[in-house]
Amino acid sequence: MAADPPLSRTLLGWMVRGEWRAHPVRTLVAVLAIAVGVALGFAVHLVNRSALVEFDAAVRSVSGAADLRIEAVSAAGFDESLFPVVARLPGLAAVSPVVEVPARTADGRSLTLIGVDPLRAARVTPALAAGSGAGFGAGGALAFEDSVWLSPALRPDGDGTFAVLAGGHRIVLPVAGGLPSVEAGRRIAVADIAAVQQRFDRLGRLTRLDIALAPGARPETVAKAIAARLPADARLSTPEAESRRTGDLSRAYRVNLGMLAMVALLTGGFLVFSAQSLSIARRRAAFALLRVLGLPRTGLFLQVLAEGAVLGLLGAATGLAAGAGLAWGVLGLLGGDLGGGYFSGSRPALDISPGWAAIHAGLGLAVALAGSLFPALEAARAAPALALKSAGQSGDPRRRPALLPAVGLGALGLAFAFAPPVAGLPLFGYLSIALILAAGVAAMPWLARLLIAPLARIGAPVPVRLAAARLAGAPDQAAVALCGLVASAGLMAAMGLMVASFRGSVDDWLGAILPADVYLRVAEAETAGLDTALQARLAALPGVGRLEARRSLTLRLAADRPAVVLLAQPLPAGASAPDLPWRRGPVPAAPGETPVWVSEPLSRLYDLKPGDTLDLPLAGGRSPVRVAGVWRDYGRQFGALAMDRRDYVRLTGDAGANEAGLTLAPGAHLPDVLQGVRAALPPDLAAQTEVAPAGEIRRAALRIFDRSFAVTYALEAVAILVGVAGVAATVSAQTLARRREFGMLRHVGAGRGQILAMLALEGAFLGAVGAVAGLALGAAMGQVLIQVVNPQSFNWTMDTRWPLGLLGGLAVALTLASSLTALLAGRSALSADAVRAVREDW
Amino acid sequence: MGALTRRILMAAAAGAALPPAVAHAAPTFAPVVPGRRLAFPRDHGAHPDFRTEWWYLTGWLETASGPLGFQVTFFRTRTGLGEGNPSRFAPRQVLFAHAALSDPEVGSLLHAQRIARQGFGLAEASTSDMDIVLDDWRLAREPSGRMRARAGGDDFTLDLALAPTQSLLLQGQAGFSRKGPQPSQASWYYTLPHLEVTGDLVRRGRTARVRGRAWLDREWSSTLLDPRAVGWDWTGINLDDGGALTAFRVRDARGRALWTGGSLRTGDGRLWTAPNGAVAFEGGRTWTSPRTGAVYPVAPSVRLQTPQGERRWALTPLFDDQELDSRPSGGPVYWEGAVRIPGGRGYLELTGYAAPLRL
Repeated sequence: MAADPPLSRTLLGWMVRGEWRAHPVRTLVAVLAIAVGVALGFAVHLVNRSALVEFDAAVRSVSGAADLRIEAVSAAGFDESLFPVVARLPGLAAVSPVVEVPARTADGRSLTLIGVDPLRAARVTPALAAGSGAGFGAGGALAFEDSVWLSPALRPDGDGTFAVLAGGHRIVLPVAGGLPSVEAGRRIAVADIAAVQQRFDRLGRLTRLDIALAPGARPETVAKAIAARLPADARLSTPEAESRRTGDLSRAYRVNLGMLAMVALLTGGFLVFSAQSLSIARRRAAFALLRVLGLPRTGLFLQVLAEGAVLGLLGAATGLAAGAGLAWGVLGLLGGDLGGGYFSGSRPALDISPGWAAIHAGLGLAVALAGSLFPALEAARAAPALALKSAGQSGDPRRRPALLPAVGLGALGLAFAFAPPVAGLPLFGYLSIALILAAGVAAMPWLARLLIAPLARIGAPVPVRLAAARLAGAPDQAAVALCGLVASAGLMAAMGLMVASFRGSVDDWLGAILPADVYLRVAEAETAGLDTALQARLAALPGVGRLEARRSLTLRLAADRPAVVLLAQPLPAGASAPDLPWRRGPVPAAPGETPVWVSEPLSRLYDLKPGDTLDLPLAGGRSPVRVAGVWRDYGRQFGALAMDRRDYVRLTGDAGANEAGLTLAPGAHLPDVLQGVRAALPPDLAAQTEVAPAGEIRRAALRIFDRSFAVTYALEAVAILVGVAGVAATVSAQTLARRREFGMLRHVGAGRGQILAMLALEGAFLGAVGAVAGLALGAAMGQVLIQVVNPQSFNWTMDTRWPLGLLGGLAVALTLASSLTALLAGRSALSADAVRAVREDW
Repeated sequence: MGALTRRILMAAAAGAALPPAVAHAAPTFAPVVPGRRLAFPRDHGAHPDFRTEWWYLTGWLETASGPLGFQVTFFRTRTGLGEGNPSRFAPRQVLFAHAALSDPEVGSLLHAQRIARQGFGLAEASTSDMDIVLDDWRLAREPSGRMRARAGGDDFTLDLALAPTQSLLLQGQAGFSRKGPQPSQASWYYTLPHLEVTGDLVRRGRTARVRGRAWLDREWSSTLLDPRAVGWDWTGINLDDGGALTAFRVRDARGRALWTGGSLRTGDGRLWTAPNGAVAFEGGRTWTSPRTGAVYPVAPSVRLQTPQGERRWALTPLFDDQELDSRPSGGPVYWEGAVRIPGGRGYLELTGYAAPLRL
């Protein structure tokens, strides 16, 4: 440190303030860059956390203090005779039987209707023991059996009743009271178990047993005793399995968003790097003077680093506040899943923990420090005498930059792309992308030279040759400008490639799974819906050529995994497999075997391939089936399996359906058929049935797709802005430093216009090189996203589509933007008159 | 009678989750009309057509550290709900049971309870003999006439055998017992006094052999209390000479008797049934509950106007604080405790002192 620290500190403080006062906008941009990164990261974290806390609470409020749970594998439930069997087992304090019916309100929003015996529920899940305790008084005038208790999120209809739609029934129940212990946001209605069984066709069936263990009972022992008595259509679940399952629902989605926020923060780091480089280039002479006056290298190094730290702290503080505000707004507008559709109808409260705030602020600070590290080293390394004399570039253009580090990083990145997921998350995939990005940035000095050198040899007008010669002569400076550009262009290209591939694959898939003209779906009717008579009536409607009725129901194959979807659908005439977008198979099944065709996510999650066998819990028994093919599916992330409807009816006796595809007869008029179908449904059923043409469903699906990627697009735009800002910062730093060069050019006869043209061309060359390199890098990272990150996160694959228009446009836009910013940045440097500029060069 | 207390208690407890039956779906409850001969063991079992019914055991136990009072009571109520619902969970019948232990060393009641809808073998009341199951609690009569009672909770567990030493005592007119000024205000009511008790009492993980003497009241009815009634007093005492004293009084808001009843069976088996007005509960020391502020006449004198002349017994509680606050589970606040007289031991029930009881 300097001999007289107080003096130097005063001096340095004064210098910093002076610099910031002279260029407040530039400083502000750097602070904002950090703030944006921190804000996005923190907001995504807060939304995730609040959503998870809320989800946990929701699970707890519904299962209450239940230590264990027995759950039905499907909506059909299990036989109620299991209840006394379990209730008599030793080690249990209480068992509460539950019938759960997914239902809708009159306005079409979903809710869960829960039937309980309040006397039993009071000892296991007090929140659901409707009518006991304080809530009882209000309901005293009403018979329990005909009443319903509503969670705070539900409102009675005008006349004090509440209409519940489920399974084709519309049942109006008087409202007896509220469920004050259920969180705001949860849509739950509780009614008497016997009433629910009777009125919603669930006689003899239960969907759940909530269990409280006796004090001192060992959960493992009890679980073992229970497991030995469970029928095929029931599964034992623990609170841990439950929260794992619910966490799984959106985990991959949340982690991916978090990663995108980290990308934004990283690009913020590039901005700090640019801003600091610029600021240091401007102050080379001043720093050199300080060195001459006795400030040691380390003092200068620390000075620059401290400046970065201040920028980082300001950005982090702003970012935390903005992130909290953003999260609050997003939770209010979109809910806990940012519109992803994983949590329904709840608006979680913001849950801020100081620890995590500190971590995000620390990340912002670290990025700012890292961004300042190279400029600080450069400032400290500069030879004072040389720097005092000229503000120009140091470094020898003949020195060949090393390629080896970039190759090493790239090879490592490639290797990581082949690593398996960690705990179901593509952590190595993300690491691979980060390494490929780093490799690309590290290769820039070498690549810049490679791409720029040929430019110097072309015979062209003076400004072109000047620009090419300038870039070739100062490749390090070009590389600095290119780093940010390449990083942002690469990330954008990668994301664009992935989204385009995904969207194209989804579009193809929609075409393949929606072969009919009109689709009909009864909501919340896994055990009811269209009976055979109604199916026949619909098929006989005028204009309907063919009707394919389908039963779609959820099945729980494992206690700690979300339920999968079983699709029982008719096969085309004479075919041995349905028409599905095949990935593998279909292979014909051996005689006597029941074939099923599993979706790609199911095949990956449960490790199933054609030829494997599987026991399906159907109709209270276990039905052995053989996997006969794997098909692509984007609609059911946790897996689906299709089977021949004839096999399903044979195994379960359930000839009902809740979905149907209608193919129009030749010459039929679509609106007439739609109207005919709607009119043919009984009114209560019609209220729960969606009838839509295939084209409309397809458009709606793509609309949802685009909406869920809106956050991605926003982050991409941020990355591009940061990249262009980096070019502006670097070019303006260099043009300022090159004032003497411009003066000399003016003296040897170059016109002002020619110099401006040279600058614009330099910018354009930079932009073009950056775009080409960025696109190449983006292609590599995009492939990792497509081939590694997506399959590992969501268990589906997609075919690569090259969005040539988008990528070409990106290249052109980057070239133009870079050229324009170079021009704008250069104008101010040129305003000084030529004579004075040269005089600097004494 | 105990009956009415228990009825209210049961209705209130059941009401914790089940509002009283509504007018629009009034089911037809079997009426209590005189003239039927009670038949056993059939009438030891449940009578599900009636609105309410109970098996009410009270008594004294001898332990190494002195006497304890206990009660084990099972109730059945026909709710009037779900009568047309084929679901096995339909809440047509609800069973409720209560157990309490009066230990002077504790100084207040230890209690436990169970409640469930009848069904699935987990909560059942047989209609052929006394056999009530309510989760892990049970009251059952063996062919020999001996009964087994098992009940308990966190604080204690009782596992008792109760052997009759005397014949059944039919209250009222051959079991038809009036409860109010209206003829419909009545119940079927019989008593098994002087049950010889042996069994186990588990407290704090230690099992103690106990012996004692108990009283079983059986009652079933469909009628409501007189609308003017706010509470009642009841006592049932095993006299040391083998006699059995039963006395009850239904009170109105001013503390006057709306109806009284009871009986005295002497050691030689002669039974006298008290007509309305022949029973009085008088004066005595009061105890004020520190929790509810209710003032209970815990040491009344019971006066019977018998044909042989007036008889009077002064009741002394085992200890004062035998108040039970069942409001947390939706029930009333009342006093029910072990009492003694010179030459006898039994139980006293005092209801409607904390607040008027409403049905």
